[in-house]
Amino acid sequence: MKIRNRGEAQETQLNMTSMIDIVFLLLIFFVMTFKIVELEGDFSVRMPLAGNDSVAMDSTELPLKLRMRADELGRLTSISLNEMELGQDFDQLRGNVISLIGTTTPIEGDDGPEIEIDTDYNLRYEYVIRAITAVSGYKDGNEVVKLIEKIKFAKPRR
Amino acid sequence: MRVKSKKVDLAEGDLTPMIDMAFQLIAFFMVLINFAQTESNDRVKLPSSQLVKPPEAPLEFPIILHVAQDGEVFLGGDSYTAETLRVGLNSEIAVIKAEGKSVKDANVVIRAHKDTAAGDVQEVIRVAQEVNLENFALRVKEDRS
Repeated sequence: MKIRNRGEAQETQLNMTSMIDIVFLLLIFFVMTFKIVELEGDFSVRMPLAGNDSVAMDSTELPLKLRMRADELGRLTSISLNEMELGQDFDQLRGNVISLIGTTTPIEGDDGPEIEIDTDYNLRYEYVIRAITAVSGYKDGNEVVKLIEKIKFAKPRR
Repeated sequence: MRVKSKKVDLAEGDLTPMIDMAFQLIAFFMVLINFAQTESNDRVKLPSSQLVKPPEAPLEFPIILHVAQDGEVFLGGDSYTAETLRVGLNSEIAVIKAEGKSVKDANVVIRAHKDTAAGDVQEVIRVAQEVNLENFALRVKEDRS
């Protein structure tokens, strides 16, 4: 009895080595290809060529003009909205936008206010995105309140 | 002799927990792996904004332009400057037209490095406008802080 038992038990033992080899290969493959996904989103900008724009410029509402100036290193030196100097404060910019468009309720469709961003050529793109963030809305808790959805760029300055 | 052979048996450790863990790790990495990462470019570090949300539906006919810090533009693996970009855009537009859609349906996704000169991005937009593209999406990283 004893001998038979031992024999059977030994036969049922699998050789694990090859499986573990493959498992570790797979593991290494997935670890190496692993990349933390950063969540990304878009600011949508509709900008037809300026030529077509002048035809539709009969509306009484002129776009707000946001001027951004940079130093030679590309750092932001000043912002002005409709010739109003705002320093470098994006919160103040947002406050001014709210008071200029007179309402915090979003306007659907193409009737909303429009803003034209005019930046120095070498200003870092990051500041432009911060300005777009400031004028396009703000976060109220988890809700995003939208302000200006129509954004366009002025001609690049050389 | 019999005792000796028993010792060999004992030396074989129990591999079950290790294999369990290894399979768990494989399952974890398999679930998280994302092969659709072809959109990203190593030379582009996006700016971040608190307002953006990941889009619910993917954009129609995206043309993804990566703008590196020095203003170099990448489109589908080829490198362009703002001046030569028109060639690349025209071939993308040819593909869209071959599918029976108009140029206006295309979305230009601009993934620009956060320290790129804003003027370089504007030049890219200007070139795209000149080939009648008009829907642009400025891609930014979601900032959840």
